[in-house]
Amino acid sequence: MSNFLTSSIGKKVIMSISGLFLIAFLIVHLSLNLLLIFDNSGELFNIGAHFMATNPIIKVVEPVLALGFVVHIILATILTIQNMKARPVGYARSEQSNNASWASRNMFILGGLILIFLVIHLYNFWLNIKLPELGTPLEITTVDGVEMENAYLMVSSLFKNSVFFCMLYVLAAIFLGLHLSHGFWSCFQSVGFSNKIWRKRLEWVGYLFAIVIGVGFAIIPLYFLAGFAG
Amino acid sequence: MSENILKELTLKIWRQKDAKSKGRFETYKIHNISTDTSFLEMLDILNEQLVVESKETIAFDHDCREGICGMCSLFINGRAHGPDDEVTTCQLHMRRFKDGETITIEPWRSGAFPVVKDLIVDRKAFEKILQAGGYVSVNTGGVPDANSIPIANDKAEEAMDAAACIGCGACAATCKNSSAMLFVAAKVSQLALLPQGKIEAARRAKAMVAKMDELGFGNCTNTGACESECPKQISISHIARLNREFLKAKLQD
Repeated sequence: MSNFLTSSIGKKVIMSISGLFLIAFLIVHLSLNLLLIFDNSGELFNIGAHFMATNPIIKVVEPVLALGFVVHIILATILTIQNMKARPVGYARSEQSNNASWASRNMFILGGLILIFLVIHLYNFWLNIKLPELGTPLEITTVDGVEMENAYLMVSSLFKNSVFFCMLYVLAAIFLGLHLSHGFWSCFQSVGFSNKIWRKRLEWVGYLFAIVIGVGFAIIPLYFLAGFAG
Repeated sequence: MSENILKELTLKIWRQKDAKSKGRFETYKIHNISTDTSFLEMLDILNEQLVVESKETIAFDHDCREGICGMCSLFINGRAHGPDDEVTTCQLHMRRFKDGETITIEPWRSGAFPVVKDLIVDRKAFEKILQAGGYVSVNTGGVPDANSIPIANDKAEEAMDAAACIGCGACAATCKNSSAMLFVAAKVSQLALLPQGKIEAARRAKAMVAKMDELGFGNCTNTGACESECPKQISISHIARLNREFLKAKLQD
């Protein structure tokens, strides 16, 4: 495997493996978050959040997830810089909308916007849970006799009280959906898992996945904003 | 369909004295061009006009003018080989343009394809990639019997699709990353699909990708722009095969 990581295809393979890992994370994250809108008492979500916070497997996966993000972001930056250098003199006129989708041409920008959101998102929620001394410590609630942090209250009060944050989260979900509309299929192409038949299948599954993730994450703040949670 | 005449066209053409000089756009007017004229013939007419005016003619690449040699290039109105799909510039005709239109003509833009003069770029980078491994080492001997090596029809068809690559460079020129992946994929795929080429597949994939990276082509981001501009409709499914071949080869190391 000599100089695999310095080769263009090697970097793309790592990019796609980290991307697939982040896709798996998104599925878990969205499944859990949807508990927010299926139970207005918040008990279901609190149980889910408590389970994730105390599960030893999640404890192990957490740093790996952080590493996945770091690898994906660093490699994206390296690849983008190399790609910009590959064309020192640009075209005076370039009609790229004719031959490639907007999302596929703007993956780095979309990724950058998602990264900005991620920082805000971590500040909103993660900080309060993991580093309560820096944020606002969570209230303690009791569900079925078990004491746990009231994560539902933290999330619901943010969305109920701030139209700005609701819109920000909806916008981020749209960016994420666009990123995935190219990223999902691209992951498989980069590791070589594609041909004339599978390409169409993967592209459609990718679009479907992008819509599920984008709409799924967007409806949560909208649900609270519309007052369905009471 | 009767012949139409484009009364006036404005041409914005990249002029550059040599590789070291700084280039610039020059604007030319050209009159009474038949819509049946090919794009390169239109440039020939412009050059004749420049000769009459004792000006230096515009240098551009061309050879067979039948769409099979891969010599003609040109980025026309923001697209490789102009507004038509699946054609080379020599097969593009003036009927695709409107009277009074301004046409922007640029050379391929890629760090690995330096401009030699005006619209001519040096595409030796592709030759170097081929030299790195785009061949089958032939041990000469007696002529083998026909059909002595059976090849499945679908494999033969796919190899032929890849072999249609004429090495024009439109893929790298149009790619937003200036990546040569479609070219390399076509060459690797064509040979990896056939039993004669399979023997050296691992070495070939590694050598050609290494050369491609070394020459400063960008990284593929799977946008698919290359296949839409490829005059020979080479599919990016071949890029998936190249990725597979490369991974397989690296795992064997």
